[in-house]
Formats: sequence, C-alpha cells, structure tokens
Amino acid sequence: MDAEAAKLVGAGLAAIGVGLAALGVGNVFGSFLESALRNPAAADGQQGRLFIGFAAAELLGLLAFVVAMILLFVA
Amino acid sequence: MAAEGGKIDPMHQFLIEPLFGRTWEIAGYNIAFTNSALFMVVTLALIWVFMLGGMKRALIPGRWQAAVEGFTGFISNMMHANIGPKGKAFTPYVFSLFMFILVANLVGMMPIGIVPGLHAFTVTSHLTVTGVLAIISFSIVLIVGFAKHGLHFFSLFIPHGTPVPMIPLIFLIELFSFLIRPFSLGLRLFVAMTAGHILLKVLAGFVINGLNAGAGIAAIVSLPSFILMIGITLLELLVCAIQAYVFALLTSLYLNDAINLH
Repeated sequence: MDAEAAKLVGAGLAAIGVGLAALGVGNVFGSFLESALRNPAAADGQQGRLFIGFAAAELLGLLAFVVAMILLFVA
Repeated sequence: MAAEGGKIDPMHQFLIEPLFGRTWEIAGYNIAFTNSALFMVVTLALIWVFMLGGMKRALIPGRWQAAVEGFTGFISNMMHANIGPKGKAFTPYVFSLFMFILVANLVGMMPIGIVPGLHAFTVTSHLTVTGVLAIISFSIVLIVGFAKHGLHFFSLFIPHGTPVPMIPLIFLIELFSFLIRPFSLGLRLFVAMTAGHILLKVLAGFVINGLNAGAGIAAIVSLPSFILMIGITLLELLVCAIQAYVFALLTSLYLNDAINLH
C-alpha cells in the first residue's frame, strides 16, 4: 500500500472513534434522562455535572476527528 | 467556498486573508487587518450594542433588559453554584468569555454569504484564538492559586485520604491531568466549530454539484442534502451555545480548584 492510500485508510479508521464517542455522549444524556424522570426535583441541580460528563465524552471523539484531519491535511 | 475546477473545497472557509494593511509590520511580523480580526471586531460591537441596550437599570425591566439580565443572571448563578461567594470576583471574566465565544460562534453561523462578496468567518474555528482564551483561563487559575495558597497549592494534586505509598503516583497523574486542561479546553471549542462548518460545507457541495448535474440528480441528491443541511444548521446553533456554556463552566470549575482547593 502506498503512503497516500494508507493516510486515507487511517483517516477513515479514525472516523470510527468519532462514532464511538457518539455512544458515550448518548449514554451521558440517556442516563441523565433516565434518572431525571425518576426524581425530577433533583434533576435541575445536576445540570452542571451533566455538561461536564458531556464535555469529557465529546472531547475524546473530537480527538479522533483531529487525528483524521491531521492525517488528511498535515501528515 | 472556492469552486476550482468543479471541486468544492470545504477547508477554504477557514483561510485567513489580509483585508488591508498588508505592509504593516511590528518587529518583522506582519500585523495586517485580517478577516479574523474583522469578525472579532464585529463580535465585540454586537456584544457592546447588546449590553448597552439592556443597561437601563429600570425597576421593571423591558424585553431587552430582561434578555441581558437573563445572561448575567445565568453566569452569576453558575459561578455561585460552582465556587460559592468567593466566585463573585471572577463573574465579569467568565461572563465576557461566555459572551465572546457565544456571539463569535453565532456570527460564524450567520448566512451572510448570500450577499455576493461577503464570507462569514468563524473566529473560534482557529486554535490560535481558542488556545489563547484557554491560556488566559489557565493563567488566571495558576496566578490565583499560587497567590492565595502559595506552595500549598500543590496539595491540589493529592486528594484527601490518599495512602502514603500511593502519593507519588497520584501526584504525577493529577499533575498531568491538571497540565492537560488548557489543551483540552482550547481544542474542544476549536474542533467542535471546525467539524460543524466542514460538515455544512460538504453538504453544501452536494447540493451545488447535484444542481449542476441536472434535474434528476438534483431531486435525488440535492433536495435531501438541503433538508439535512437545515437540520444540521439547527444542531450547530445548539452546539454553538453548548460549547460556549461548557467553556465557561469548565473555567469556573478550574477556578473553584484554585480558590477552594477541593
């Protein structure tokens, strides 16, 4: 395989990481909603923690995107 | 968007071009007024107009004043919830940060490209801008932490109740996670905005190339892409607000570490 093709394959593989981060983000919001419906009174106080979890899960997917962009445009 | 040889380049929108002052130099560095600088000025002007219109201090707020008070109250509640009463001193900084990122994101989403010759530019889609914002936040955390606690600030890296044999290892891990904060803070905003804009331009390329290929292709490719674009645009507006909120929220949490040391 020549280097250019390997770069494109690598960028495509990095896109899997973005999809896996989607699982993480969905899990964060899904779990929040599940417990928020059980105890709606406590839900509002936990919104900050919800977004911290969202930010942490999202960052790892964005890192996969950065890897893809570096492979396509920089490397 | 540049269409050279029928190929639409989704990265062209991030190009920084000098608008005037190409020959201005300070110490060998070109300081031309670029489209990035122009959109920062536009962002500041919009925030200035918005804030000035709402600072009438009427006892019964009108619509505009209620909007401004909604924003200020949102940030000051967040600071109070995360830091406590000591957070009041940092509310202006976090508020400026939140408003700048929010308005810069939203200005970048505005469809001003339909006017020929104008190109929307997202200031926050460059790591140089978001990185500097993250470095400012991180510097404030370091300065406040060391000024308030001196060398005792290092106890931040050893959680309460750590067994003595574990202290060197935990210290290293906590130090590393502390030092990585400015990178994750700046990178998150930059990549979220860049990814969204690339996605929109790729879909716009589908629409334009489909329309050029004839009516049949346009019905199959362009129309669904255009409908998808409308949905993605709404999602991007949500992401604009969430990223501004996350940046402000994480800054307030890091400030909490520096002020209260766990």
